[in-house]
Amino acid sequence: MGLDIRLPIGMMFTLVGLILVITGATSTLQRSLGMNINLWWGIFLVIFGGLMLLFALIARKKDGNSQH
Amino acid sequence: MAPTLNLHGVDYAILLIYTLFVVGIGFALKRYMKSSSDYLTSGRSIPAWVTGLAFISANLGALELVGMAASGAKYGIATAHFYWVGAIPAMIFLAVFMMPFYYGSKARSVPEYLKLRFDERVRALNSITFAVMTVFASGISMNALAKLLNQLLGWDYHLSLWICSAIVLVYVLKGGLTSAIYTEVLQFFMIVLGFAPVVYLGFKDVGGWDVMKGKLAEVAQHPSSLGLVDSASKTFAPDAWSSAWKPLLGGPAANPMGVDVFAMVFGLGFVLSFGYWCTNFLVVQRAMAAKNMGAARRTPIIASVPKMIFPVLVILPGVIAVALTATPGKNYRLPQTQIAESKYPAAIAAVKQAASQHVEVKTAMASLSSAADVSFVTAKVETLLKDEAAAPMAEADLRTRIQDAVVNDYDGVILSLVKRYCPSGLLGLALTALLASFMSGMAGNVTAFNTVWTYDLYQAYMAPNKTDEHYMWMGRAVTVVGILLSIAAAYFARMWTNAMDIIQLVFGFVNAPLFATFLLGMFWARTTATAAFVGLLFGTLGSAAFHAVTIAVGNTPGVKGGYLAQLATFPSDMAQNFWLAAFAFLVCFLLTIAISLAGKRTKTDDELKGLVYSMTPKLVDSHEAWYLRPAVVGTILLACCVVINLIFW
Repeated sequence: MGLDIRLPIGMMFTLVGLILVITGATSTLQRSLGMNINLWWGIFLVIFGGLMLLFALIARKKDGNSQH
Repeated sequence: MAPTLNLHGVDYAILLIYTLFVVGIGFALKRYMKSSSDYLTSGRSIPAWVTGLAFISANLGALELVGMAASGAKYGIATAHFYWVGAIPAMIFLAVFMMPFYYGSKARSVPEYLKLRFDERVRALNSITFAVMTVFASGISMNALAKLLNQLLGWDYHLSLWICSAIVLVYVLKGGLTSAIYTEVLQFFMIVLGFAPVVYLGFKDVGGWDVMKGKLAEVAQHPSSLGLVDSASKTFAPDAWSSAWKPLLGGPAANPMGVDVFAMVFGLGFVLSFGYWCTNFLVVQRAMAAKNMGAARRTPIIASVPKMIFPVLVILPGVIAVALTATPGKNYRLPQTQIAESKYPAAIAAVKQAASQHVEVKTAMASLSSAADVSFVTAKVETLLKDEAAAPMAEADLRTRIQDAVVNDYDGVILSLVKRYCPSGLLGLALTALLASFMSGMAGNVTAFNTVWTYDLYQAYMAPNKTDEHYMWMGRAVTVVGILLSIAAAYFARMWTNAMDIIQLVFGFVNAPLFATFLLGMFWARTTATAAFVGLLFGTLGSAAFHAVTIAVGNTPGVKGGYLAQLATFPSDMAQNFWLAAFAFLVCFLLTIAISLAGKRTKTDDELKGLVYSMTPKLVDSHEAWYLRPAVVGTILLACCVVINLIFW
């Protein structure tokens, strides 16, 4: 149905991940048992969001090639 | 109301980003909505991985998130049966055997399939009850959301309800079912990524599986010390909270659920589970929106993978909370309702009076509950009265002991862990995940409601033979009506809790026999329309009658049953529900067979083609790769489910 849902998912989690990374890096430690959970989870979300965007772009490229 | 959570700018930013994205998805999809089919059935164009995740998300509302963590604390690992025996076999059965009829018959909804297979009476009965049920379910979800925002953040109840409903209205109105499905996929990832850190940190905090198991064994020996049971003398085997099947094998008295193996396997694993996953249009609609027959059949198969693993995310937090409470020095206890400051003088006076006059515990409990306006654990009150009678305590000690004797508020478990482990930032993510599941719960119900209303009630009985544009307009109009009715239902749920309990009870009566009708309809060509209609009606009446003459231990006759007589007493509410479902199924099943045999077949073989198993050419998928064949993958997943059950035996 036109829109590839991986695009908004990828964009949203990349954005949220970046916010968590910035919060974790600049702000948390005590509550999360000796690890900066905001920073590490933020990095994970950025990677997850980036992969989603990558898959969406690959799919779009494939579609474009198959139509030519 | 004073907020119990303090959100910072970063938390609000995450909440705002999610809101903008779901509304944006609605607007992005608007230009693809060209017909009523696009709007109400997604034009049957969605890929299997999307419908698969939406299928699982449609069932993963916030009430499920909150309720399953609560059950994890109350009953332990055995709660996972709702995700294993209570889901996986039914989802695979739907994929392999039932989806070909739902999708292949070109029915646009489950009630429409009933019309094709039986007649208008069966469709009307199913579609009317389903439409009413979805509105109330949506209202219950939104009432819970507005209450939560009020308690956690101090937001106004009415404002929370209307703003969240408006957000759902915008994206469903623009993008129809596709919008709801896409936001359910977004919600799936929000829940996984929002709650995974909480589970990880909780697991780390408690010391890992072996340490947790040891703590749970201690708890099972003295469950009343944590307020998990009412009686001080009640004990369980050491693995009662950490095993799935062993506690059930000892009978209802040997496990915190109070359920026996037969009720679990037949009541939950067959009747309730197949009745929900195979016939509830809310979830089946996701599979019916898939782009082809293969994708439709793969939808429940794909959904069953996360379903099997989800207990880690939704049940384990409850089990962790129990283990943490039992660990000294962790500074955590299962959440309780707090006694209001103004109630303490009366509560202290009630304890002192009961202790000095040596009144019966039952009488003391009644006066203490009425003074403090909360419920108490009998075993703890008993000990408190003994200690007070032996040596009167200082007022501060007495206050602490009285608060400690209050029953646990299990619904607060997941939020108490979020609060404990999430710093600002992660807190926004977890809270957004919770709000997302509330809102997509409403969207799922509203999209199912507008499809059933437009196709099964409006087009079928009120305005047949209109243009497609007209039905598309009606679909949009009834979306607005559905949202407004949901808001009304939310206010109803807020004001009349008891009436809502009765309404949900009636829905339980309606759902219990439903699978028998579908099973016979799809797999026995001899089943007649009259038999199906009468069987459904009497199955529903049978479950109401069963409820009227049975009761669970500790309940007073009334909305909990037993108001006509008490012919049978069950160890728990859950056991009563499982047996009720089994009884209703059997009434409907046997009556439908008897009436069908007594009457004449009303449909020819040709008319039943594509609707009944024996009359339909079998789907040939042997040319497909093994991982695209539902029967092969379904068998592998069933084997995985068995292995998981053996690991947690």
